[in-house]
Amino acid sequence: MKKKQKSISYAKWGYIFILPFFLCYFIFSLIPLADTIRYSFFEYYRSGIKEIGPTFIGMENYGSLLESDMLKYGANTLILWVIGFIPQILIALLLAVWFTDIRLKIRGKQFFKVVIYLPNLIMASAFAMLFFTIFSTNGPINSILMSLGVIHEKIDFMGSTFGTRSLIGFMNFLMWFGNTTIMLMAAIMGISVDVFEAAEIDGCSGLRRFFSIILPLIRPILAYTLITAIIGGLQMFDVPQILTNGQGTPDRTSMTLIMFLNSHLKSKNYGMAGALSVYLFIVSGALCFVVYKMTNGTDEDGSKAAAKRRAKEEKRRRK
Amino acid sequence: MIKRRAIAALLIASMCAGTLAGCGNSGQSGTTGEGKVINIYSWNDEFRQRVEAVYPEVEKTSEDGTVTTLKDGTEIHWIINPNQDGVYQQKLDEALLNQADAAADDKIDIFLSETDYVNKYTDADADVAMPLADLGIDPATDLKDQYEFTKATASDMNGVQRGSTWQCCPGLLVYRRDIAMDVFGTDDPEAIGEKVKDWDTMKATAEELKAKGYYTFASYADTFRLYGNSIGDSWVKQGETVINVDQKIMDWISDSKEWLDAGYLDKTVKGQWNDDWNKSMGSASKVFAFLFPAWGIDFTLKPNWDGDAGAWAVTNPPQEYNWGGSYVHACTGTDNPEHVKDIILAVTASEDNLLKISRDYSDFTNTTVGMQKAAGDDTFSSEFLGGQNPFVYFAPVAENIKIAPLSAYDQGCVELIQNAFSDYFQGLVEYDKAKTNFETAIKERYPDITEIRWPD
Repeated sequence: MKKKQKSISYAKWGYIFILPFFLCYFIFSLIPLADTIRYSFFEYYRSGIKEIGPTFIGMENYGSLLESDMLKYGANTLILWVIGFIPQILIALLLAVWFTDIRLKIRGKQFFKVVIYLPNLIMASAFAMLFFTIFSTNGPINSILMSLGVIHEKIDFMGSTFGTRSLIGFMNFLMWFGNTTIMLMAAIMGISVDVFEAAEIDGCSGLRRFFSIILPLIRPILAYTLITAIIGGLQMFDVPQILTNGQGTPDRTSMTLIMFLNSHLKSKNYGMAGALSVYLFIVSGALCFVVYKMTNGTDEDGSKAAAKRRAKEEKRRRK
Repeated sequence: MIKRRAIAALLIASMCAGTLAGCGNSGQSGTTGEGKVINIYSWNDEFRQRVEAVYPEVEKTSEDGTVTTLKDGTEIHWIINPNQDGVYQQKLDEALLNQADAAADDKIDIFLSETDYVNKYTDADADVAMPLADLGIDPATDLKDQYEFTKATASDMNGVQRGSTWQCCPGLLVYRRDIAMDVFGTDDPEAIGEKVKDWDTMKATAEELKAKGYYTFASYADTFRLYGNSIGDSWVKQGETVINVDQKIMDWISDSKEWLDAGYLDKTVKGQWNDDWNKSMGSASKVFAFLFPAWGIDFTLKPNWDGDAGAWAVTNPPQEYNWGGSYVHACTGTDNPEHVKDIILAVTASEDNLLKISRDYSDFTNTTVGMQKAAGDDTFSSEFLGGQNPFVYFAPVAENIKIAPLSAYDQGCVELIQNAFSDYFQGLVEYDKAKTNFETAIKERYPDITEIRWPD
């Protein structure tokens, strides 16, 4: 009997090896995700140690969230994020350009790279705790300023909206600018050295070099940084939570969306928290879509756009 | 090939089984009907220390403090979760929900609760804390020496007592002797007590202190318990979903605002349990007095004081109040009812044991007769208070405490009303905005609350 020679396929091993990940993802991520969405249509919480629900109530949770201050907390989140992000991206760009500029010959580059990244290694909550202590009314910052004679009355940093928001923004800036710097450095180093050489030969100034060469060429990474930062910003939680003791003080002006979510979870209000999560999911999903479009539909040198334009003109001429 | 795969599958299965088995408990129930393991849920090791000190059956405790072995071989397993941010209650609630399905030796046998949330667990419908009578403890005879209000606190709405405590937390006014000398020319507790005997006198005293550059209290939160624990009606009535803000709370709000604006309180101290508050107990602070029960003096004031012992003294507060207290409950479904009964009786019902706790840990304990004795016994005087015997002042306060009617919503109400009005006191929001902020916050915390009623 002649047996047909079977071709050996290794493809199935590939699937078997990635199976654990998908299993974990399915059990620990996908099912809870589906459950979150399901519970968002239910009244389901705990009163004392008695469980209420789950009772199906349709879209009621979504409605009452819209009636609540959710949008205000969304605005808070956005403001806190902007306060942190603007200095972060500016400083990161500046540092990235300096560190990658071969003409500057900066010594100890590696050392500085580590140093600026260090704040990111500290746990956000520990960082917030530290700031809470040093900026407290009887804390070291006030003592130093008083003994230097800069101020005559103690400043209540966390007593004002401006102060609290600035502190949160400042902390987010400190924690994340190192990370952004390193990402942008990678982007700049990805630009061909030829371009820089040619520019130098043409007598291009440093400013010109930045605006006309670096900025346009790192645009995709810049966009990526922006979007990931927004998504990260949407989930801002630990810093304001610890700094304001979970209250978003003063007057709930530093209450972020996730802090709002967390206060629902104190009563195990899975229904309301689920609905809020779904809102957040939709917003993050939309942002991810933008990133996806940006990174996949690249048109870096503008050739596709140019081709489109040409085709349009052609059409017009034919008429 | 297939064989090898089968072996691999078997290995994996056995591995999983091994890890899962670790979660269970292989202990066997004894022949006496009592389980071999007593599980006790608490938030710190205070109760363990009390049990070790007075329960005669204790043999030894493991070095990490998680297991205490009794003389008959039974083990007490201590399950400790911190109170902060509701962690303890979360873990306890999870375990209580699983109580019915848990293996005998995994069942909770004893759990503790604090006055702020004791009502949640003594609820008759929830039925998680056993009525003491079911254990064989008769509150009327076995616990007759306890202060009446502690028994009322641990009872459900039908008056069935479902918990007991070794502790009683009458609060006093603790003041700095040096400041008293400076302002009033005396640090005698009798004389100072006269100056703080009620709120009107207290206000005149505050003015005197202010004239010399001192603050009467550190923060507006310091006085809250005096008002908040004397409310006439509970925050939420049984079976209702409406929060009734008591007139006493409104008084606290207006008085606090007045005192803060008048400069009787330190503006830089916002609430309690924060760094600024702790610092205001130091020697560099200008704060004259604090309102503390026995545990506050021992656990909070003492560690924060950086000067010599003997700088503080206690006297009567402007109003009798109670603050805190840990209750011991037998958990429904316990498999060790005999041990549980013994422990509760040993720690909370024996006068000798309670006096021992008072002497060793300067706790004010739950024995009316014993505390009278302590008040007349100079061996109970405290070095920290300059040789003063604090029990002289604690005992009469304890007898006059009328505990505020409790509800399961107390903890959130107490916490959130202070937070919401904190902004108002500091002039950051209008009065009405603070009210709305409280309403928003309380409805977030308790989704079943439908309405908040303010007094006219």
